[in-house]
Amino acid sequence: MKFTWFNLMPWPHLPEDFREKHRSVWVDIDSRLYDPAEGNRVYHEYMDQLEYADTLGFDAMGVNEHHQNAYGLMPSPNLIAAGLARRTSRSAIAVIGNSIALYNPPIRVAEEFAMLDVISGGRLLAGFPVGTPMDTNFCYGQIPALTREKYYEAHELIMRAWHEPDPFAFDGKFNQLRYVNCWPRPIQKPNPPVFIPGGGSIETWDFCVQNDYNYSYLSYGGYKAAKALMDGYWETVAAAGKDESPYRAGFAQVVCVADTDAEAERLYADHVLYFYNRCLHVNLGFSDPPGYRTVKTIQAGKLNQFRAENQRLFTQLTWKELVDGGYVIAGSPETVRERMEFMIKSLRLGTLFLLFQIGNMPDDKVRNSTKLFAEKVMPQLRDTWPEWKNDDRFWCKPLETRVRPEESRA
Amino acid sequence: MNELRIETKRGIKCRVLEAGQGAPVVFFHGAGGLLAQEPVLEGLSRRFHVYAPEWPGYGGDAGEEKLDDMLDFALHGWDVIDALGLERRPSLIGHSMGGMIAAEMACVANSGVEKLVLIGSAGLWIDAQPVPDIFAMLPFELAQALFADPKAGEKLLTGGIDFSNMEALQTFMVANARRLGTAGKILFPIPNRRLSKRLYRLNAPTLLVWGREDKLIPLVYAERFRQLIPHASLAVIDAAGHMVPYEQPEKTTAEIERFLAQA
Repeated sequence: MKFTWFNLMPWPHLPEDFREKHRSVWVDIDSRLYDPAEGNRVYHEYMDQLEYADTLGFDAMGVNEHHQNAYGLMPSPNLIAAGLARRTSRSAIAVIGNSIALYNPPIRVAEEFAMLDVISGGRLLAGFPVGTPMDTNFCYGQIPALTREKYYEAHELIMRAWHEPDPFAFDGKFNQLRYVNCWPRPIQKPNPPVFIPGGGSIETWDFCVQNDYNYSYLSYGGYKAAKALMDGYWETVAAAGKDESPYRAGFAQVVCVADTDAEAERLYADHVLYFYNRCLHVNLGFSDPPGYRTVKTIQAGKLNQFRAENQRLFTQLTWKELVDGGYVIAGSPETVRERMEFMIKSLRLGTLFLLFQIGNMPDDKVRNSTKLFAEKVMPQLRDTWPEWKNDDRFWCKPLETRVRPEESRA
Repeated sequence: MNELRIETKRGIKCRVLEAGQGAPVVFFHGAGGLLAQEPVLEGLSRRFHVYAPEWPGYGGDAGEEKLDDMLDFALHGWDVIDALGLERRPSLIGHSMGGMIAAEMACVANSGVEKLVLIGSAGLWIDAQPVPDIFAMLPFELAQALFADPKAGEKLLTGGIDFSNMEALQTFMVANARRLGTAGKILFPIPNRRLSKRLYRLNAPTLLVWGREDKLIPLVYAERFRQLIPHASLAVIDAAGHMVPYEQPEKTTAEIERFLAQA
């Protein structure tokens, strides 16, 4: 198993009446709710936590890209990743990822990811999301019906920029470049492992399977709600005649560990509810602009129903419902291990993106939960897939001789 | 009205409603598509030969994947007119997005249009009066923005679909995704593809028809069109919103009929 310690970087000071007074946490979120001086403290706390995870033996530190979003304070995850590359040298850096349809031209992503891979000594996991409608369409103005096509073109351009040794001309529909010549080049050959975080579009499954990319379902709905969706993915893998390595699949899960189940509720419930009740308050009108999802995906009908249901449910969910419904895995190390083992096997997961920092959880609690997991849960789940333990296709391959800057600091 | 099936030189098939005899008039529908009842078209067909082609993405045929930008839409409009084999140059009528495209067509081929009628036309942007974002509206919110009388309007818009029925809602969502997905190519995120730079080219006499209570593209846009178009007059219709042809069909028909009949 590969364990990524993932930080969304939520703003921890949304008011209690946020839901009533504001229509969305995302896109048109009130800028007056943000305090840059407090932001200074928050960024460093969150980056320190990512570095802390590195010291505890997590396989990767995870960051991602959101725009105009109060629960995701990383419009540029590459900036955070660059900081991590200088302060750590052991675990992978999972940037999952850059919304490549938004970069003009997307050669910028080839360059920045190459920089990160080189600075980190080959520790980059390169994520290429199609991008949420909130980020891609409403914040960054891309035309919904053309987003996916633009995404595929950006992917082709980046891959060719990494693979082809000589300058080439690229005559795309969205990008015309006379001299494509990525400098520097990534350490990992032919390219850093690619992760495609997705929300359930059928076309994304096909794309991952064809290219042997990891598909990571990033939802906050938890492992029970994800079952039908992940089964669909594995059917796509089987239909293409590919092997069923669990490392083809990743999943995001909120996890809270304490000494006992009751203690977990006492310590973490408020912060988890902050996340589900305030942070996930997204105006529904921003979640599905016509043309963003293909007709095929709407007809499959899975995602929209989940989303609509989730939106309604989140407003009323209690701690008990969040835990029993599998949205959140929380409790004693034994409870968490048991639930996670069920999740890993039932969804067939090789890679986990774990959210220990959640909502407005303070630093000491985040570290408590993280440490308990690292010491008492992670070792027991480590060898879940012994028959696939030599499958290194879906993970980074760092240089043995890499620079270790945090060790050489005076 | 009759239904014709045509195929353009580019290979896009589409349905065309057709009725009447006389001077040819081609009507281009807005982002919502042709509705079950088109009373203005029927009214105009008493004196004119009316054609109403359906945009790609709006009917049963595929083809919307061939249209990416404003020039594609404008040329498709002319391709349709070519395929209709008209004997005289037509007058063009466009509603909302259809007005935006008709105006673009008339700018591109400025000797090809007899007269131009723009009804609640999209295509301009005024910072002080931004057009509401229809792409962020939920299906049940649309009628509020489109009609002076939203209750009556909702029935027109949905053909009476009950949005609490999941299956009906999904069918509507699929059709709506295709329609507005296609429309988004020229309307998203801001319905301005720099038509204002080209309107000076219009030669054809132009009539602007606007609902006085248009909340989507308010009356101030009609004034801006009038400033930018060399020969434009404006007819404002009371008790009507953006869907003026459907809310006040008799008055709309009368204004257009009078304008088209003028020597």
